[in-house]
Amino acid sequence: MKITPDQVRHVAELANLALSDAEIARMTHDLDEILTHMDKLNELDTSGVEPMAQVLYEAEETATLREDRERATLGNTEALKNAPASGAGYYKVPRVIDRG
Amino acid sequence: MNLLEHTIDSIRAHLLAKKFSAHELALQTLAYAQAENPKTNAYLTFSPERALLTALEVDKKIAAGEDPGPLAGVPVAIKDVILTKGVRTTCGSRLLAKYVPPYDATAVTRIEQAGGVIIGKTNCDEFAMGSSNENSAFGPVHNPVALDRVPGGSSGGSAAAVAQGIAVLALGSDTGGSIRQPASFCGIVGVTPTYGRVSRYGLTAFASSLDHIGPFSRRVKDSATLLRVIAGRDEMDATSALAPVQDYSAALDGNVRGITLGVPREYFENLESETGDLVHKAIDVLKELGCNLREIELPHTPYAIATYYIIATAEASSNLARYDGVRYTSRAESETLSDMYRRTRGEGFGAECKRRIMLGTYVLSAGYYDAYYLKAQKVRALIARDYARAFESVDAIVAPVSPFPAFKLGEKIDDPIAMYLSDIFTITGDLAGVPCMSVPCGRTREGLPVGLQVVANHFNEAAMFRVADAYQRASNAH
Repeated sequence: MKITPDQVRHVAELANLALSDAEIARMTHDLDEILTHMDKLNELDTSGVEPMAQVLYEAEETATLREDRERATLGNTEALKNAPASGAGYYKVPRVIDRG
Repeated sequence: MNLLEHTIDSIRAHLLAKKFSAHELALQTLAYAQAENPKTNAYLTFSPERALLTALEVDKKIAAGEDPGPLAGVPVAIKDVILTKGVRTTCGSRLLAKYVPPYDATAVTRIEQAGGVIIGKTNCDEFAMGSSNENSAFGPVHNPVALDRVPGGSSGGSAAAVAQGIAVLALGSDTGGSIRQPASFCGIVGVTPTYGRVSRYGLTAFASSLDHIGPFSRRVKDSATLLRVIAGRDEMDATSALAPVQDYSAALDGNVRGITLGVPREYFENLESETGDLVHKAIDVLKELGCNLREIELPHTPYAIATYYIIATAEASSNLARYDGVRYTSRAESETLSDMYRRTRGEGFGAECKRRIMLGTYVLSAGYYDAYYLKAQKVRALIARDYARAFESVDAIVAPVSPFPAFKLGEKIDDPIAMYLSDIFTITGDLAGVPCMSVPCGRTREGLPVGLQVVANHFNEAAMFRVADAYQRASNAH
């Protein structure tokens, strides 16, 4: 086993994902299978290989910077339009700080 | 009106000859598409107001004797992961069922500036994660060629709309094959441009180091024209490339004499025999047209699936963190903030998104980062090096797109590994960032389309289009 149900629960916590017991069981099976396939990469000797994070092309370091000038952004109303709950120009969320 | 006989050029000719106006074409297309859509479920949302406004602008320009733009009046479908201001954009997810973006993607802006008429938004796998379009919260798409089969994914709705004649052009997005594979399954053309060639501003992020926007069409020339419209530097996307955009369609004259094509041995090993036969026949046609063939090696191909599903899921787990119940329409009401996050995401995401978020979170988590993520980034460098070496001796590479043609709905949905393995021939191109496309190369005895993949070096879309167009002209397969 590459991964146990407890590890799956831990990862679900890290990912802020509520999973049912049935989902945990299925996920454990699927992730185990996928991670086993991923072991294939250990066949390769990658010592001395620079990791590739992004496709990069030859260019000046600052070539992709735009001119620094003021411009209009989304207005407050527009920005909040898709919020499930908002008020007084802010996103509303359940209480985080207990004022006691 | 069925659009199967129409191309960018034919619509332009009709408009200029006053056979129909852009407004009439838009109205007829909308009516026909709305009537035909239930067969395939290709569109999720129609955008009649936007379509008719753009069409009227085109008609005004024609009446005033002005240039109506390179896409004048052409009906275009947009994959529903690409933002359209004021038009619902769901990403195929229950979480965004009511999301109406406040701005347009740059590619959408450029299409409308070129006179393209946006008919609606097309179905896709949730957040572009899938190879069959069965992961959409709004139901699967049926392949118009064989309705009991998948159209491919994740851009299945875009491919189906073009193949069904309810759009002339479409935009898709490709992270691991999501344009080329559905194009091959539906028997049309699909293009993944060079990484950075098209601005991703307004494309919902899946895996940022791999995401591309690209065109679908029936003819190679039309994808070349559409790519020229949407390509080029955009200051809203710092990863958009500075390289000048070429006039890709102007150079398509059918002449491929003297072009050297690489045939990668690894791509013909695990292939259904009919698919292999059709791809070999297509390569023979290119040889008859004067191409030189050379067998090449892309030796790290067998490691591509593992590499891709580590890198793509790691990036996806970060990119999808924003869907937490605060900003994007859906929320599961809860007493505490953390419970609200967990339940919103647990109830909102479908099974495949959850699987990828979990996998991505796992490979990035403490103790596993070096073993998985860093290792995958190193293997990615080796895969990119394979391509760089190959392009020292060839102008383009020809290969299959998928190991098999469109499979039946439901056939692979319960086997994630089998589904992932079906991306084997498309993901290496995304990992290396090279331009690649699918062009139809015939049908199996059952009548299922097969695609020939053409790959070129970074920013050499011109060579890729030249080979694909020459093949399409010469074959009767389209």
